Amino acid sequence: MEEILNILDKEKGSVSRAKIAQMLGMEEKEVADKIKKMEKENIIVGYNTVVNWDKTDKEVVTALIELRITPQRGEGFDKVAERIYKYPQVKSLYLMSGAYDLAVTIEGKSMKEVALFVAQKLAPMDSIISTATHFVLKKYKEEGIVFEDDEKDTRQVITL
Amino acid sequence: MMDYDKIVSPVVSALPPSGIRKFFDIVAEMEDAISLGVGEPDFTTPWAIREAGIYSLEKGQTHYTANAGLMELREEICNYNERKYGVTYNPKSEVLVTVGGSEAIDLLIRSIISAGDEVLIPEPCFVCYKPCTIMAGGVAVPIETKEEDEFRLLPEQLKAKITDKTKLLILPYPNNPTGGVMSKADMEAIAEVLRGTDIMVLSDEIYGELRYGDEKHIPFSAFEGMRERTIVVNGFSKTFAMTGWRLGYALGPEKIIKLMTKVHQYGIMSAPTTAQFAAIEALKSCDNDVEEMRREYNYRRRYIVDGFRAMGLSCFEPLGAFYVFPCIKSTGMTSEEFCQNLLQEEKVAVVPGNAFGESGEGFIRCSYAYSIENIQEALKRIERFVKKHSK
Repeated sequence: MEEILNILDKEKGSVSRAKIAQMLGMEEKEVADKIKKMEKENIIVGYNTVVNWDKTDKEVVTALIELRITPQRGEGFDKVAERIYKYPQVKSLYLMSGAYDLAVTIEGKSMKEVALFVAQKLAPMDSIISTATHFVLKKYKEEGIVFEDDEKDTRQVITL
Repeated sequence: MMDYDKIVSPVVSALPPSGIRKFFDIVAEMEDAISLGVGEPDFTTPWAIREAGIYSLEKGQTHYTANAGLMELREEICNYNERKYGVTYNPKSEVLVTVGGSEAIDLLIRSIISAGDEVLIPEPCFVCYKPCTIMAGGVAVPIETKEEDEFRLLPEQLKAKITDKTKLLILPYPNNPTGGVMSKADMEAIAEVLRGTDIMVLSDEIYGELRYGDEKHIPFSAFEGMRERTIVVNGFSKTFAMTGWRLGYALGPEKIIKLMTKVHQYGIMSAPTTAQFAAIEALKSCDNDVEEMRREYNYRRRYIVDGFRAMGLSCFEPLGAFYVFPCIKSTGMTSEEFCQNLLQEEKVAVVPGNAFGESGEGFIRCSYAYSIENIQEALKRIERFVKKHSK
């Protein structure tokens, strides 16, 4: 099972059941069943594609926002986290140790749109003490994938 | 005009060029050919190792090291071998750091082989044992290993070739080009044949960390009575994807290591310093990187074996290194014909099995040190080729 997850993780899901089966010496059906089961159990939560939007015409602005929060009695951070992650603009949300509590990644069409989202949606929430917005200037690597990677096979002819 | 034919050494002059080289000179000139030919990792050296090398340069560590190698590296080599395999060596006297495993092979052969001594070489095998033997004045005695035995060396095959001139046995496992391995029981059977003889063993364990399946690698020196007669050759190229750093080592009895160090000191002085500093980092902190690469090779291994079997070629399951050695006799072609035609018709480069000894005839060596996509495309083309030519 772990092996299947490893391959899916590396290939970002873009690999056929048949190929996984071949790589692991299993039957295709067995692989398909295991994947289905893991999807059901939410071990495989989803599949994503890593896009370098800078190479397209679409304008995408990404920001990391640090939030400091007053936890609520009985709910901790979960309730406020839920109110935040339900927004489709929120790409990721982590509870953090250290100087702040929640790390939010936001994507928007422009800096203004992102800034307004923070000012109008996040900052006014009751339990939020402070926000700090950092805009991403350049993405070098995401989900383990290097963006400008042109590794060529430079191995030369050698006797061995 | 100089008459070079009169000047050159007849021994060196008569050495055949490597069959791999000959073949790949053609490939180099061919555009959009894809290859399963290269016998080195496609992975780049893990970053932590590269950074340790860079750091040593920044600190100005640009001098020779001791002839036998940096003491700290020798200590780490010993620690690594004890931690991984439970074998202990003295870093002061039983380790020699060399320029790749191949230098260690040459050093040992030159240190113990004199005119007429016989060296037993299981074939198919890596291309250097025989020429090194011949250059040292020795006699190379091939032992044919067979596909039906999974290219293992069997004790009765060994016994049949031992004479009173036998000085050295080469044990090249896990094996290039076949990917064959020797199990613990197989090795024990070989050890049993050698007990009570004066035959030395060169155990080339450069692919030792690349074993798949249940059994782990065991150095030949770990078998009872073998330590005193065994030189273990190992290195960083395959395990840590460090081929270009040119760093290997030999472990063995003090007397032999001393002789090898003497030859090394006159020919090489000391192995590259930057590479030695990088290698310390490799041994200390890169177990996870190695495991990750091994896992990836294993995926590809299963994938490629499955692919060859699916096209109807017999392909025994290799449990080591990063090669498969499918049999192409069903096409009616010789290994060289197969490879040349495959290259012409489908632009795929693989290596003819006979480049690794006569017993490799009828086979091809395919490396899976390539991305799955590359392997997939190559298999597709080979399948088309095999279908067209099968009788």
